[in-house]
Amino acid sequence: MATDTEVLVLGGGSTGCGIARDLAMRGLEVTLVERGNLTHGTTGRMHGLLHSGGRYAVSDQSSARECIQEVGVLQDIAGHCIEMTGGLFVQRPEDSDDYFQQKLEGCRACDIPAQVLSAREAREREPYLAKDIKRAIAVPDGAVDPFRLCVANAHDAERHGARIETHAEVIDLLREGDDIYGVTVRHDSGPGKRTHKTPGTIEDITAAYVVNATGAWAGQIGAMADLEVAVRPSKGVMTIMNIRQVDTVINRCRPKGDADIIVPHETTAILGTTDEEVEDPDDYPEEQWEVDTMIDTLSELVPILSDARTIRSFWGVRPLYEPPGTGTEDPTDITRDFFLLDHEERDGVGGMTSIVGGKLTTYRLMAEKISDHICDQLGHRATCETADVPLPGSENLEALDEAMDDFGLRSPVARRSKQRLGSRSRAVLDTDEPNPVICNCESVTRAEVQDAIEQSGSDLNAVRIRTRASMGNCQGGFCCRLLGNELHPEYDEETARAAYDELFQERWKGERHALWGEQLSQAMLNYALHATTYNADADPAAVDGSVDFAAFDGGQRDSRDDPAGVMATDGGDPSQPSRRPGRGDHSPADRGGDR
Amino acid sequence: MAITDDVLVIGGGLAGAMAALAAAEHDVQVRMITYKQSTLRHASGLIDVLGYTPTGDGPLVDPFEALEAVPAGHPYERVGGDAVREALLFFDAIAGSLYAGTHTDANALVPTASGSVKPTARYPSAVASGLASDDRDTLLVGFETLPEFDAPMAAAHLEAAGVPFAVRGVTRRFPGIRRDDAKVTRYAHLLDRDEDVDIGRGATRARPALAELVRQALDGERRVGFPPVLGDDNHDTVRRDLEERLGVDVFEVPSGPPSLPGMRLEDRLYHALEEAGVRVTTGIPVVDYEGDGDRIDRVLVDRKGQQVPYAAEEYVLATGGLVGKGIDSGRERVFEPIFDCHVDHAADRYDWFVDDVFGDHPFARYGLSVDHELRPQDGGGDREFDNLRAAGAVLGGYDFAAEKSGSGVSLATGFVAGDRAGTEVSG
Repeated sequence: MATDTEVLVLGGGSTGCGIARDLAMRGLEVTLVERGNLTHGTTGRMHGLLHSGGRYAVSDQSSARECIQEVGVLQDIAGHCIEMTGGLFVQRPEDSDDYFQQKLEGCRACDIPAQVLSAREAREREPYLAKDIKRAIAVPDGAVDPFRLCVANAHDAERHGARIETHAEVIDLLREGDDIYGVTVRHDSGPGKRTHKTPGTIEDITAAYVVNATGAWAGQIGAMADLEVAVRPSKGVMTIMNIRQVDTVINRCRPKGDADIIVPHETTAILGTTDEEVEDPDDYPEEQWEVDTMIDTLSELVPILSDARTIRSFWGVRPLYEPPGTGTEDPTDITRDFFLLDHEERDGVGGMTSIVGGKLTTYRLMAEKISDHICDQLGHRATCETADVPLPGSENLEALDEAMDDFGLRSPVARRSKQRLGSRSRAVLDTDEPNPVICNCESVTRAEVQDAIEQSGSDLNAVRIRTRASMGNCQGGFCCRLLGNELHPEYDEETARAAYDELFQERWKGERHALWGEQLSQAMLNYALHATTYNADADPAAVDGSVDFAAFDGGQRDSRDDPAGVMATDGGDPSQPSRRPGRGDHSPADRGGDR
Repeated sequence: MAITDDVLVIGGGLAGAMAALAAAEHDVQVRMITYKQSTLRHASGLIDVLGYTPTGDGPLVDPFEALEAVPAGHPYERVGGDAVREALLFFDAIAGSLYAGTHTDANALVPTASGSVKPTARYPSAVASGLASDDRDTLLVGFETLPEFDAPMAAAHLEAAGVPFAVRGVTRRFPGIRRDDAKVTRYAHLLDRDEDVDIGRGATRARPALAELVRQALDGERRVGFPPVLGDDNHDTVRRDLEERLGVDVFEVPSGPPSLPGMRLEDRLYHALEEAGVRVTTGIPVVDYEGDGDRIDRVLVDRKGQQVPYAAEEYVLATGGLVGKGIDSGRERVFEPIFDCHVDHAADRYDWFVDDVFGDHPFARYGLSVDHELRPQDGGGDREFDNLRAAGAVLGGYDFAAEKSGSGVSLATGFVAGDRAGTEVSG
């Protein structure tokens, strides 16, 4: 039977995008569907730690070995998505010496380079560490931008012929007897790039094989075909600081617990996290105590955090899974390993495999193993190349550094832009058109915004994850509207305004958890700017009812506009000034004026 | 020994300047102390009084009628409608030809940089030809290097808002601007000084070059709107010169920060302060005070780490709201940082806001409660100090952003607080 695609990947997170790229490079025809934007589920909601493996070196040494191996691979293939900051496991006086020793030995057993630093040496490296720390272990942790990584995988998959559909929610699995042969999706705005206000459509997509890479949502997908996937979603908070208090990943050296890591991420530092099992990955409480715990507990490591400015908090849901019968009570103890559940072997239902568990650092290795499995199922013979072929943006990064071209931008703007775009910098930034900065906090220029719009349509959250526009101090207070403007005139005014409203509301969602001190002041400024200066809260274009313009002050015209002047220039009757109506819903009686 | 005046105004925004000027009318020695750049630089330059009722009805045609009905505790209720009118007259005398709108009680509807319209009682003369409640067809001109004002988008938005005229937007390259990141003051100074510019067709000057590219874009429209960069010191001359050259009216569309119309107003107010003999001390924060509990004896400013006393008979607190940091907050509480005057607020910070970005946010109303004399009150309704009054955004009980009442409240309460303080000293 002819199918629409050979492999259908469900889920546009790191796993799904990694699989799509791998399979597309192996020559298979791939379609990926994602309910929201790429990274929308869990990938875009992590702390951005690139694991050296140190965090698993005591509890899960096979994961630790995979991590250090993959960090090496990602330095080769994803250089523009990662920053090798290094990491420290910091011991406080009250933390166990035994655990410190286990951590050190565990790292060495897993071939993770690890060096003990005295308190003084650690504080020389990170001056804001608490004065009373005892010592630290230095490991090669890093930071990863999950958005850029995921988008680069999807982009490369497309270059290899894959079809990537975002805003396409799976609403049913197509199953006939013991065979799953595709899905029904609901496109938010029709297939292809998103365009707000376009009516949604329903599409059946058939495939030779389906991969359920929906992570915390894998159970919901399985249930559509009466398959049980016992994923145990666990939420964790991440609190974003407005600056980098540290330039090194700071881990608390004690058995895993709440609030034990600070990751420098782009212009910010991210505090993490909590670990609480939740029933529904789409509906769980985001709680004040979690934010307070981040600040209070991590201040023990970096005291200035207690009075520092946070710009927002967000929550992610881990797709934890444990095989039936394990019965772990505390989600912290559930393994971070991934599981490949072939529903034919497991449930006698062919045509689909689910992936659960896992972590971002080893996304590529997971994708390779899953792709191997799928190729086996389909009898397709091809080797994996993803460990050797750089992602778009990460090719020949040395050449970019050597060229030292700032593309006419001020050097801080050029530096930040080139960090994000990597080897795509010239293609995006080298323009004869004026290229002003649109987002000042993150130094994002018009050319970069336009490049993102070209990739993702009228969705400004998709532009955000590609560029970091609206992710800085002002949380979009100054740039959301400007980003909306960039959609026009390619997209009409109504579409651009809807996209801006959606982004502004999304930014507010996370900012609510940072509303005190400087950020409450910023929030009031944003509110005042939008409501007072632009009247965005009572915009006649957006609210019901029409405005009787003629009842308001129409000004005092000077002589240039007296009726004689009007007659002299256009010959009209001065008692009936010519008027072309606007698009508004005004009856002629509404106009007329009192002049 | 403290530096001593009769009236000390803390804060140099619209409310502080009005308070200082009103106090100075009583022939008393007034000092105004300011710390940071005033938030006038963030402001669009419009003087709104009341655009929407506190319950959201509007846009209001007559702000003066509506403000008589605001609830108890609102700053307008505290000072009364007559004081608002009196304050506006006082402002009109100071603003002179810089502002328009004095000919009627009705609000004007002014196009915003986004293409919405906003009700306002007074507006800069530079904005006057652009009113959306004026029905002449309009051309908007934006510039490629000024993304704050996207003219085609604003024009389309104005049409969606139902304005009673046809409006079109075009985007052009500003003559003489070579850097994509030039500041708005650079555009203004090019026009102020009518500098030589090279637009590829021989040397010309900035104003004729700008007029020429706009003339080519005009298609019968009777007025042309620009982003607010049409001159700084010589903005009147620049605008009239462009009008002469184009034969149509020229106006600016108010926008966000940094805002030249806000800076022009600031210049005018500071000029008036100088004329009135107000002593202005800038760049130092008031950090503390000394007093006996009923009266403030003196305040302490931080001058390079040293606390220096300033004393007066009467004090006016006009330090702004959450934006200007006259109201501050931590994770546990919202407070007024100099005198620790009572700020009524919910105990749980998750009750300070609502989930909709433009919802009815409690934080937007946080500020001081005052009596009818604008003296701050503690939680029990008793006076905090006998010789302290508060004005402007430091006051609570109103949402200036939703009501479009920020300037009007600053004018009215600044005027009343300064006038009462001056009366106390002179009387």
